Amino acid sequence: MWDNISLLIIAPLLNIQLLLDGVLIGAIFALAAYGLALVWGVTNVKNLAQGDLVIMGGYVAYVFTTLGIHPILALPVAFVLMFGFGWLIYRLIISHVIDRDLFTSLLATFGLALVIQQLLNLIFGPDVKIAESGFDILFLFGGQVTLAEIKLVSLILAGLLATAIVIFMKTSRMGQAIRATAQNPRAAKIMGIDTDQVYAFTFAMNSAICGAAGVLISMIWVIQPFFGTSYSIRSFVIVTAAGLGNLPGVIIAGLGLGAAEQFSGFVIGAEFQQATVVGLLVAVLIFRQLQMRRHRRVVA
Amino acid sequence: MLHVKSICMTSAIALSLGLGLAGEAAAKVEGDTIILGSAISLTGKYSTNGIHAQNGYELSVKRINETGGVKVGGKTYKLKVVYYDDESTPARGAQLAERLIQQDGVKFMLGPYSSGLTKAIAPVTEKYKIPMVEAEGASRSLFTQGYKYLFAVLSTSEQYLASSISLAGQIAEKNGRKASDVTIAMAFENDPFSQDVRAGVMDDAKKLGMKIVIDDKLPRDLSDMSATLTKVKAVKPDLLVVSGHSKGAATATRQLKEMRIDTPIVAMTHCEAAQVTAKFEGASEGLLCPTQWAESLSYRGQYFGSAADYDKLFKQTYEGYKSVPYQAAQASAAVLVWKDALERANSFDTAKVRDALAATEMETFYGNIKFSAAGNNIAKPMVLRQIQGGKYRVVAPAEWASEEVVFPRNPKY
Repeated sequence: MWDNISLLIIAPLLNIQLLLDGVLIGAIFALAAYGLALVWGVTNVKNLAQGDLVIMGGYVAYVFTTLGIHPILALPVAFVLMFGFGWLIYRLIISHVIDRDLFTSLLATFGLALVIQQLLNLIFGPDVKIAESGFDILFLFGGQVTLAEIKLVSLILAGLLATAIVIFMKTSRMGQAIRATAQNPRAAKIMGIDTDQVYAFTFAMNSAICGAAGVLISMIWVIQPFFGTSYSIRSFVIVTAAGLGNLPGVIIAGLGLGAAEQFSGFVIGAEFQQATVVGLLVAVLIFRQLQMRRHRRVVA
Repeated sequence: MLHVKSICMTSAIALSLGLGLAGEAAAKVEGDTIILGSAISLTGKYSTNGIHAQNGYELSVKRINETGGVKVGGKTYKLKVVYYDDESTPARGAQLAERLIQQDGVKFMLGPYSSGLTKAIAPVTEKYKIPMVEAEGASRSLFTQGYKYLFAVLSTSEQYLASSISLAGQIAEKNGRKASDVTIAMAFENDPFSQDVRAGVMDDAKKLGMKIVIDDKLPRDLSDMSATLTKVKAVKPDLLVVSGHSKGAATATRQLKEMRIDTPIVAMTHCEAAQVTAKFEGASEGLLCPTQWAESLSYRGQYFGSAADYDKLFKQTYEGYKSVPYQAAQASAAVLVWKDALERANSFDTAKVRDALAATEMETFYGNIKFSAAGNNIAKPMVLRQIQGGKYRVVAPAEWASEEVVFPRNPKY
């Protein structure tokens, strides 16, 4: 471990490599986490199948490559398909558990995650799949730092998508209805908003965002039917750290998480990369707890 | 608006999986037929390879029956295998082994698919003192239990990448360096198979006095190795070894390319499963990949001729195979071992047959077979193939090599 730290000090360019790799992938984590925050904030459902929706999107891109179509074109298609899938899932499952207690919705979405994993396993098999973008690689600092162009392209696409969603939420009728429902569902209902429709739309939109994130993931990393859980955990860490309805917070937490994973992988070993994520979740929860305790004391 | 509030859930449908496939109870020898038994994965997660193994068993049975059968006590017998589907679950495998031995009276067993299933079945065959020749369980832990009735034709898992270490040593010496100057970077998944592979690599590296500069464990749901590879880029080892099933091979190959890693020797398992030649044409050039068997090897034997002859016959017999999986070849070899041992024992007494099995020494299309006291095959090495021009070429060990190893590796990134 000390060897690795001293390596980082001797060769500072390694820090840039790790930071770039981390931040660029972190942008995609942030995208999926934003979807989770949306659903959580509006419907109060904590969606444990979040990562599995991401992986589903990845398989859309994979199918595109097998058909000889460039996987980047799968982005809008995955968005639309996953929107439809999300709507269906809302009608079939989520709408029945939305008024129930926390435990019921957790169980339902956990079950959904298992079903998605097994279905993907049945259709595509357990081997890893990739969607090769064919993009080139950039050399920075005289080739000392390498950067796959697809990561930059993904960052831009993720940014554009996030901007589009923010504009949609701010300006469109549905976006306003979603925000109104998030603030006070009863009041929204009294004002004539069909909250059930709003819930369905929110869940579908989250699913679409995940699908898009999955397409980007499949072009950068690899996908496998059972990889969804790690994306669910990452989303939860980011949302817990940033808080609901805090888009800048989600972005910063996402990028930070990506970088933290890379540095921990380098310093303490790749097998602790995932442990870092969970460790951070615990740290964030403890910090929040302390924060709230202080807050309570002030109020009292 | 569609709003189905109450969905009537149909109650669970109980699926009883019928087992009455084998109909009549089979004894060890029925008339002129010797019955072998096997629990094999025909459904579930191992079904692809389970079916390869079954095809291998069947091809060998067919070949032996067509070319004169098995001669025991002056009489000629045919072979037949009774199969049960273990659904890829160890508990089921153990139950079925009991059933084969207890109810069906089978005295001679063929192995299941995978180390896990073999681990579940071996205690059963051991309990009843029924010899089992297995072809698909490579874990080294199978041969440290003191089993007396377990024999395996394949190379054990710690040998998978060990040959890449000696190869790196030879290359270093050829280039005027000492083998002990070689530095090794290792990235192994934290699962029993990969840790076996790691143990083999560690042993050989220690023997040659090589220095391990990176020793990373990879997580189960591995999709990013860039932190490990950044280290590789910084410390510039002579050899990089990776084992993490197909996800490890796919991730490593992709990121080697992305990060322009120029380590001169790179060895990894599961190249074939990850389809690295098809998916990373160019980037996969020069990778070293271990295999139990390849049709291009110069092995020969009595029943199938050369490895290439076996390859041809297999493809003729079974449609839809572009290349013959080694899982099938080793299954065929296991049946050959049975024939050879039964003839030498010249008896159906399981104790005598076991002793004959233990004394096996034969040459086959799959390689030489000779069992250690622990029951694993010590006469067949693991072969190392290098990807050259998008094709897998045998480069080590030297006596079976069809091509020289390309050093340093020449990926087209």
